[in-house]
Amino acid sequence: MTLRRILLAAAAVGILVLLVGFGLAWRPAIAPVAANAAVNTDRKTIDHGAELAAIGNCADCHTAANGPAYAGGRPVPTPFGTIYASNLTPDVDTGIGSWSEEAFKRAMRDGVDREGRQLYPAFPYDHFTHATDEDIRALYAFLMSKPAVRNIVPANELDFPFNFRPIVAGWKLLFLHRNALDPDPNKSAEWNRGRYLVEGLGHCGSCHTPRNALGGEKKDSAYAGGAAEGWNAPALNASLVTAHKWTADQLAEYLSTGWHKLHGAAAGPMADVAKNLGRASQDDVRAIATYIASLSPGTEAAKAAIPAGGKVLTDQPADVVAIYNGACAKCHNDRHDVGPSQAVSLAYSTAVRQPESANAVRVVMHGIEAYRTDGGPYMPAFAGTLTDEQIASVVEYVRARYTDQPQWTDVKSQIAKARQEGAQP
Amino acid sequence: MKVSLRVNGKSQEIDVADPSTPLLYVLRDNLGLHGPRFGCGLGQCGACMVHVDGRATFSCVLPVTAVGDRAVTTLEGLMEGGKPNKLQQAFIDEEAAQCGYCISGMVMQAQALLNKKPNPTDDEIRRHMEPNLCRCGTHAAIMRAIKRAAVA
Repeated sequence: MTLRRILLAAAAVGILVLLVGFGLAWRPAIAPVAANAAVNTDRKTIDHGAELAAIGNCADCHTAANGPAYAGGRPVPTPFGTIYASNLTPDVDTGIGSWSEEAFKRAMRDGVDREGRQLYPAFPYDHFTHATDEDIRALYAFLMSKPAVRNIVPANELDFPFNFRPIVAGWKLLFLHRNALDPDPNKSAEWNRGRYLVEGLGHCGSCHTPRNALGGEKKDSAYAGGAAEGWNAPALNASLVTAHKWTADQLAEYLSTGWHKLHGAAAGPMADVAKNLGRASQDDVRAIATYIASLSPGTEAAKAAIPAGGKVLTDQPADVVAIYNGACAKCHNDRHDVGPSQAVSLAYSTAVRQPESANAVRVVMHGIEAYRTDGGPYMPAFAGTLTDEQIASVVEYVRARYTDQPQWTDVKSQIAKARQEGAQP
Repeated sequence: MKVSLRVNGKSQEIDVADPSTPLLYVLRDNLGLHGPRFGCGLGQCGACMVHVDGRATFSCVLPVTAVGDRAVTTLEGLMEGGKPNKLQQAFIDEEAAQCGYCISGMVMQAQALLNKKPNPTDDEIRRHMEPNLCRCGTHAAIMRAIKRAAVA
């Protein structure tokens, strides 16, 4: 009898939770707009939207490998399964052609699509929610100005219970906060602009802030470093270990070109970010740099100095030294002469100083080819040139020679993971 | 120091002074195989491309001592019975070379693709050939040659 009562009570509570959940999750559809509805064709607004889309790196997720821009279909791996980025072109059937500006704004702010369905937070509306009406209007005008591409995006491949969209409403209770970013009067206008872009459309924290088990950003360790498609997104706060402390000037150059002579090249997913930022308003990039630099106060002197040529090691196996000299030192020549590949001394490399070997391993294996057509930094992929054992030994050699950090223990497992992921997108 | 190499099916022993000597130098200078060319020496252009265990590889950034027992194939090794193979003949027929400097690398890169995928799409060819540069601009003829070999 008692047991039966407990079970009934539990069932009642369960139903109540579900009902409340549905109540939270239920959102009305917003009426579709007719095809060829009047859209904003003001060139200035569209151009502004294009610059903001570059800051938001929208094209990177919403374009499939070698596919048409913004037509979606790119698989985005998450710990909960694979999500396919949606088609943002104004195609009525498969894109957002039937979305009004109001529907677009609701998606950006609340993570709900035009039909009223919950959107997964792989779409970082926890950041986009901060965007102003004016910026959302410009982005909408820009996307509507793109050619409509008919492209049916594959269905998401999510594990139960994550394939049940209404549970996203619960996630939002925990992690979607539209707290206004009131300007800080003690900071410069540039800093405030930078904060608005970094916390909002730039969504830097999506990769650079660690996430909890539910996939929410850990706000108490903001910018302490996260993950992106197998790569490490290095810390942007004072916990970052670098050879040279980042200044706002250096960050601005790095973010808009993907390279700085005292830090090296942006690789992996960051290469695409930098390529997009090169097309954004350079005043905005400068503002972003100012805000990011303010996250790591401190002085240059605090950083340990390793000579550009690295330490002199006498106990290394000759075959590994031969690989370093023959494969790496052609470009990383330690003479402050970056050469046509723009290769910096590995003593300056952030990847080599990271707590994990993820980035160093992936750069060696996949190379840096993102800037090929624009004449930026370049590195050949060594995944097919060297064996796994050779890659492991040379990566560990570089760690020993060019840093004062403890030797990595994860190199072999990172190589195995990188092999599975294949070449960078 | 003595290094043994298996090149175009033949095992040989070579004497090198520096263990970091690029495979490319040994192929050209010690073995007289002049198919692979020195272009940039930085793994940027692909003129030096050879196959190492079937994978197209920049031989200018591969130290000879790191080759180990992996099989090396150069442009010369693609010949069949003393004659150009299907892909090499297609390059000749399409007159895909202008100055010809990049062509050995182009053939090796394309052969690696055709070995894996005998009938690639145009997009797959373009993507696969991306590492190889041609300054003369014969890309259209190179595309035709690869496609000719693919359907032949």
